[in-house]
Amino acid sequence: MQLFLDGIFLGSIYALFAIGFTLVFGILDRLNLAHAAVFTAGALVGIEIVTRLGVPIWLLIPMVLVLGAVLGILIERIAFRPLAGRHDAHFAGLISSIAFGAIVLSVLQAMYGADTRRFPADIFPRTRVEILGATVSLLQVVILIVSVSLMIVLTWLVAKSKLGRGMRTIAENPHAAAVLGLNVGRISSTTFALSSALGAVAGVLFTLNVNAASLGIGHAVELKALAVIVVGGMGSLPGALIGGLILGVAEVLAVNYIGSSWRDMVAFGLLFLILILRPQGLFGARKTREV
Amino acid sequence: MRRKLLSAAVCGSALLLAITGCSTATDTGTTADGGLTGTGSGADCVIDSAIPIGASFSLTGAAAQYGASQKNALELAVDDLNKVGGVTYELTVEDDATDPKQAIQVFDTLIASGASIIVGPTLSNTAKQTNPIAQDAQVPVLGVSNTAAGITEIGDYIFRDSLTEDAVIPQTVKAAVDTLGIKKVVVMYSNDDAFTESGYQAFSAALQDQNVEVADTLTFSKSDTDFRALLNKAKQSDADAIVVSGLIDAAVPLVSQAREIGIDTPIIGGNGFNSPALLTGAGQAAEGVIVGAAWNSASDNEQNVKFIADYTAAYDGAPDQFSAQAYAGMQIIDQAVRAQCSGEREDIKAGLGDITDVPTVLGDVSLNENRDAVHDALVQIVADGQFTILK
Repeated sequence: MQLFLDGIFLGSIYALFAIGFTLVFGILDRLNLAHAAVFTAGALVGIEIVTRLGVPIWLLIPMVLVLGAVLGILIERIAFRPLAGRHDAHFAGLISSIAFGAIVLSVLQAMYGADTRRFPADIFPRTRVEILGATVSLLQVVILIVSVSLMIVLTWLVAKSKLGRGMRTIAENPHAAAVLGLNVGRISSTTFALSSALGAVAGVLFTLNVNAASLGIGHAVELKALAVIVVGGMGSLPGALIGGLILGVAEVLAVNYIGSSWRDMVAFGLLFLILILRPQGLFGARKTREV
Repeated sequence: MRRKLLSAAVCGSALLLAITGCSTATDTGTTADGGLTGTGSGADCVIDSAIPIGASFSLTGAAAQYGASQKNALELAVDDLNKVGGVTYELTVEDDATDPKQAIQVFDTLIASGASIIVGPTLSNTAKQTNPIAQDAQVPVLGVSNTAAGITEIGDYIFRDSLTEDAVIPQTVKAAVDTLGIKKVVVMYSNDDAFTESGYQAFSAALQDQNVEVADTLTFSKSDTDFRALLNKAKQSDADAIVVSGLIDAAVPLVSQAREIGIDTPIIGGNGFNSPALLTGAGQAAEGVIVGAAWNSASDNEQNVKFIADYTAAYDGAPDQFSAQAYAGMQIIDQAVRAQCSGEREDIKAGLGDITDVPTVLGDVSLNENRDAVHDALVQIVADGQFTILK
């Protein structure tokens, strides 16, 4: 049981990252590789705010949400929008988002140096809870709850709200969307803002969970989140959550029953297997396009 | 049209090659003309031109924490030595970005620009890629942080002042077994880094020598931050101690999480654990961490006390072992230069070969026939938030 819960909590971090990631990747069909930098920025700036101003954690989260949203809008304006008219906009945006991410990381390094930083020890109560014979920390439970509720809220948002319909229309055909009178720029901006706000908060929660934030943390999670999105089904928010949890559990079980050196091979091998059996991903729908 | 373009490109690149080829040749020429030899010897040695010292440290990337300490200390050492008079040094520090590919370029540049000696690089696995280049070019290299096996074996131009894991770890394990009566351990190490891998080998051998049972061996990646799954597995073994070979980036979260899930045993670390960052980062959780070290801030060596005060004043932070070893490296280079009263590559190489009991911030350092450092190690345990000597 302890193993299973360890896996679930590890996976909920991947999921948290992947949900923000897939909002842009899966719905606007743009791969925003600056997401890892936003994640790192959320963590490092969050630490700065707490150490400088001593704000409590419940106040920090909204502040970091705003920071992430601002970064998201900047990413959309600087890295993606100028390239929107190009016939290779997907790849151009991918490259320019890598560049944007590198700039953000350089700024962070200039501001905070290369040292591993962390939150003050008493920022979050280190309460431990017994669940079914396994001990878990309150923080881990909070992260899981946040991931699941975000998934539910965002799924509803994308499926039912006006904004969500706008997003999906743009993904299908930006020109048609503009002709229909949708404000393509504003909807794209909002999507990026939403995605990055989640990414920044994920950075804070991740840092609290492992007690370390360095410039490389985003990068370490990015690749796994990418795999999670593909396995979960492009653009599927429940898929991102379930995919993250599966990867987390697979990693923990691999460590315990096969050997720690085989962890990544087993975990990614499993994901690969899922893709062979279900090429569209766990929750992905097969897309049929008519000419 | 296309053919014309192609031939223009070929001509252009050929021209470029010729130019760079020429400039490299003239640059190396300047060091060979004897401009760096002086008169007198030892303390009286006077050399007119400044001796070019190149350094390749990881100022960005995964090992940036170490590189920053090294750069600061090396700059401080050069400032201090330039004040002595007679011999002056001109330091160039380049960033290898914790990337062997970039480090190779840095080495090429430093060699081409005529550096008399190269200090660095920060990580052992980088050194394994770069040092053969310097060896081929007959440029001496002084490693000030490489502790993996097989570095000085690269060739007779490769030296280091950093005690190897092989030298420190047996002393650490023996001290821990003698004072704490440890009989059974779980070993954890990151298996994707040359430094931590060779640390693991040394721990393995030392544990066997001391007849300590290894209940389990677990591996992780140097970029990992969540160790709970591994630690929960380690906890089941009910060992007397956990032995970890990992860098500081892994050390802090690993130690914090071990205490969080209720592992209260001592944690014996390799060289990577020997940093003030462990104390500030892990806080209370760091209590009971045992680490062997080439250097300790509590050492009352007169030079060391002054070094700590100067460093703290200059950089607004306490020095760590990496800074102490970088500082000592420059002291050793100065000794080698003054002994031969020459900043030429060959003479520095000869001077380094004769280093015996040179007083430095690390204590009295000698370089043995394998060009490796020899000096006493210190075994420390974290108690009341400080590294104290394990007794």
